[in-house]
Amino acid sequence: MTEFRTPDQESWRFRRRVVVAGLFVLVCFGLLATRFYYLQVVRHDYFHTRAEDNRIALLPVVPNRGSIVDRNGVVLARNYAAYTLEITPSRAGNLDETIDRLAEVLTIEQRDRRRFRKILEESRNFESVPIRTRLSDDEVARFISQRYRFPGVEVQARLFRDYPQGATASHVVGYIGRINDRDVERIEERGETANYRGSEYIGKSGLEQSYEAELHGTTGVEQVEVNAGGRAVRRLSRTSAMAGNDLELTLDIELQKVAEAAFGNRRGAMVAIEPATGGVLALVSTPTFDPNLFVDGISTQDWKALNDSPDHPLLNRAIFSAYPPGSTFKPFMALAGLTAGKRTAGQAIADPGFFAFGGHRFMDDKVGGHGMVDLHKSIVVSCNTYYYQLANDLGIEGIARFMSPLGFGSRTGIDIPGEAEGVLPSPDWKKRRFRRPEQQRWFGGETISVGIGQGYNAYTPLQMANALSAVVNGGNVYRPHLVRHVVDNRSNAKRVVEPEPIRQLGLKPEHVATVRAAMVDVTKAGTGARAFGNAPYSVGGKTGTAQVFSLKGAKYVEGRVSERLRDHSWFIAYAPADEPKIALAVLVENGGFGAQSAAPIARLVMDYYLLGKRPNQPAAEDVDAAESDE
Amino acid sequence: MTESRFHPLGLLRAFLRPIDPQLMLILGALLGYAYFLMISASPDRLEAQTINTVVALAAMWVAATISSQRMLSLALPLYIVGVVLLVAVELFGEVSKGAQRWLHVGVTRIQPSELMKIAMPLMLAWYFQQREGQIGFRDFIVAGLLLVVPVGLILIQPDLGTSLLVTTAGFYVIFFAGLSWKLIVPVALVGIIGIGSIIAFGDTLCQPGVDWYGLREYQKHRVCTLLDPTQDPLGKGFHIIQSTIAIGSGGVLGKGWMAGTQTHLAFLPERHTDFIFAVLAEELGLAGAIVLLIIYVLLLARGFQISVNAPTLASKLLGGAITMIFFTYAFVNMGMVSGILPVVGVPLPFVSYGGTALVTLCLGVGILMSIQRSRLSSPK
Repeated sequence: MTEFRTPDQESWRFRRRVVVAGLFVLVCFGLLATRFYYLQVVRHDYFHTRAEDNRIALLPVVPNRGSIVDRNGVVLARNYAAYTLEITPSRAGNLDETIDRLAEVLTIEQRDRRRFRKILEESRNFESVPIRTRLSDDEVARFISQRYRFPGVEVQARLFRDYPQGATASHVVGYIGRINDRDVERIEERGETANYRGSEYIGKSGLEQSYEAELHGTTGVEQVEVNAGGRAVRRLSRTSAMAGNDLELTLDIELQKVAEAAFGNRRGAMVAIEPATGGVLALVSTPTFDPNLFVDGISTQDWKALNDSPDHPLLNRAIFSAYPPGSTFKPFMALAGLTAGKRTAGQAIADPGFFAFGGHRFMDDKVGGHGMVDLHKSIVVSCNTYYYQLANDLGIEGIARFMSPLGFGSRTGIDIPGEAEGVLPSPDWKKRRFRRPEQQRWFGGETISVGIGQGYNAYTPLQMANALSAVVNGGNVYRPHLVRHVVDNRSNAKRVVEPEPIRQLGLKPEHVATVRAAMVDVTKAGTGARAFGNAPYSVGGKTGTAQVFSLKGAKYVEGRVSERLRDHSWFIAYAPADEPKIALAVLVENGGFGAQSAAPIARLVMDYYLLGKRPNQPAAEDVDAAESDE
Repeated sequence: MTESRFHPLGLLRAFLRPIDPQLMLILGALLGYAYFLMISASPDRLEAQTINTVVALAAMWVAATISSQRMLSLALPLYIVGVVLLVAVELFGEVSKGAQRWLHVGVTRIQPSELMKIAMPLMLAWYFQQREGQIGFRDFIVAGLLLVVPVGLILIQPDLGTSLLVTTAGFYVIFFAGLSWKLIVPVALVGIIGIGSIIAFGDTLCQPGVDWYGLREYQKHRVCTLLDPTQDPLGKGFHIIQSTIAIGSGGVLGKGWMAGTQTHLAFLPERHTDFIFAVLAEELGLAGAIVLLIIYVLLLARGFQISVNAPTLASKLLGGAITMIFFTYAFVNMGMVSGILPVVGVPLPFVSYGGTALVTLCLGVGILMSIQRSRLSSPK
């Protein structure tokens, strides 16, 4: 039916079609106008009544948040019900006057008023805002008897979060807090606005934050009739909320307690991992804080105290602070040398006490050197010269190529937020890190220091523990995880969290065996012997010291350096040596040599985990462990 | 005359040249109305809405400065990019709210189906332009195919609202290009009979377990709650019940600005986005609703006027289709809020909160302005 038309005809046709379309528009809009007329004029009385007199309110039923328990079922986070006194501003009239009158009936402190103001500013005008939380039964009774005097004020039963372990494992568990504007945006982005209707709290840190979607649950709905004052007079129907899922951790809270206690009042971090699964047994960052302070909105004084403390208790050192690994890097370097074929177990070097490179002498810490040193001895006595040479032979690219798959310099992906990447130095990294061309160049001398874990190297205790765990389990890199199961609250079905390795390193078993044998001798005859010499089980370990302050050639004499400039003390270890059940990394900030502060802590942790022995005091600093292991 | 000298007034004139004053006036009235309502419905979003508006007006200005010929030369590439992106969404898209709509591109994420709302009429207008003077039956088949492919891709995301808008956008071009009444009338009849039978046999069709071939469960749910909102007062029916109460209780003159109880007691769902019309009808009554209808009629009238006077077939088709898209947004949204159409996620044009839709709509206005300008500049 091809027709030939002139453009002019088409133009006329278009004109006619526009008229048709216009008519169609008018008919449709007329339909709408009729509908509006029907609703707004004909049935106005009906709808007016429905809107004014018989308001049916849909009240959200907030689900119970899932609980968090450790690997043995010990509760770390739970809910308890308590009464709160809440004011709905739109119905309460003059707020200050209402609160003043309430203060005659109940104690209302300055702090309560401040918090009320703060929450009021953040919330919409038609939500109820708490003025008092955790009312006693007596207080509830007193208010109820006077309730008629206070329109818009109501007692509500609400669930509160409780962390019965207090400050223990607070960096792991995290805390919840009131939903703020930023949280609202995030909830909207996730398309969860409906499910958070009525929710007041959301996970703000730790597992409470990363497993928010599991813990929160599904909000239910209650249909109630409200009177003109907005008070619920009758419940019409109810769709129950579905409680959030529970978390069962790999963490052993008793081990965690032992480890935290072992630090005493020293600053530092420890991560202990089960090598066979990547499950985190303990994750310590000291000092800690009490998460219960945050639940209700933290007071200004408490916040200041935590935030301004020079010890930074809110900082999770285990996953966020990166430190130069010092000599704990040497076992990994040794493995790199073996894997790359640059060293064999039998090869020995003569150590004159220094390594000369580019007209500079990189010093060993034993004057005159360790004599003939093979790979085994290099780890046991922590010989620097051996690793200066090895680093030079491997080259910085070779080191980075081996270390990167072990997880050095990248996030391990642990299931709590706020992890740092650390620094695995390489010429590429330096180019990205610095802007000025003269700073971007990589110098051969820098490679030498990287070999003994100094220089730009910096890793988190978590990265150290996870890398060690991967080496001793034969080369399986796991994404370390704190949650073992997510437990469905209704069916009790358990969902396992990531038991699969994310990478296979393909290490040669004989290479791993060589390095492990040397690490065992570290705790028998080497730098770790003072802490572990008499242990009834066998341990593989390595001490390390991270330089905080460069003394530019001057001899480091500990007593003369102020506490904050003392070196950081490292110890990495696994046990039992032949079939490791635990791999850990301990870091004590400004703890001096590794053997001095970190190794004794590791001993207490191992004793508890393997023997069930509970220490009765913090790990003592071994001031005589002067055997330097720079 | 010193032409080389910097002249602020001249600069301003150059800046305003692409703007059609009448369209701008109508658009200003709509945006102002939106602001007025937003103050009551969601004051905390005013700032974000301001940013959205500025971006949308900038998009409009840019579209208005591009000549409609150049715009049409972009039709084919835009269409191809749109289809490729839709396929990419299917393969790598991000799932949000149970549907796959977003595509991450570097730092930002985009919703390719939105692009299609403009690209589709542009493509079809360009196609008919190529065939001007010899448009025949085969061309309508080709046009139908060009329409079906992206619509199908959007439908499987699934996004009923957008696929509906893209379908109508394409259909309008085909309609204005002269699709035979012999085809339109039977299809319209089938549609009317279909809808009629759904209403008549709604009770049986809405029984649980009855599978509606080709439609998702939630889409069936929407139609069924429309037929009888009381069946699901807590879920989807809640939206319709509450919005009709809001509209009906508004009466002739409304409860007064900022005084809507349905709005302020938070009975109204999504009161700043898709359901903002209910806020208007509750607080400003029938009078406010009629004023809005009148502004829309003015917008459509100007759009049609520009299209009829447009110099080329393609710009006529494009202008006519864009005008009808505005109508579709307005009709579907107000129809859904007042309970005569199912709840599909279509915003009230130029009034609902939300950046993406506003930018798309203002791009449409910009294209109309560009068409109007090409009439002025083209030799008669």
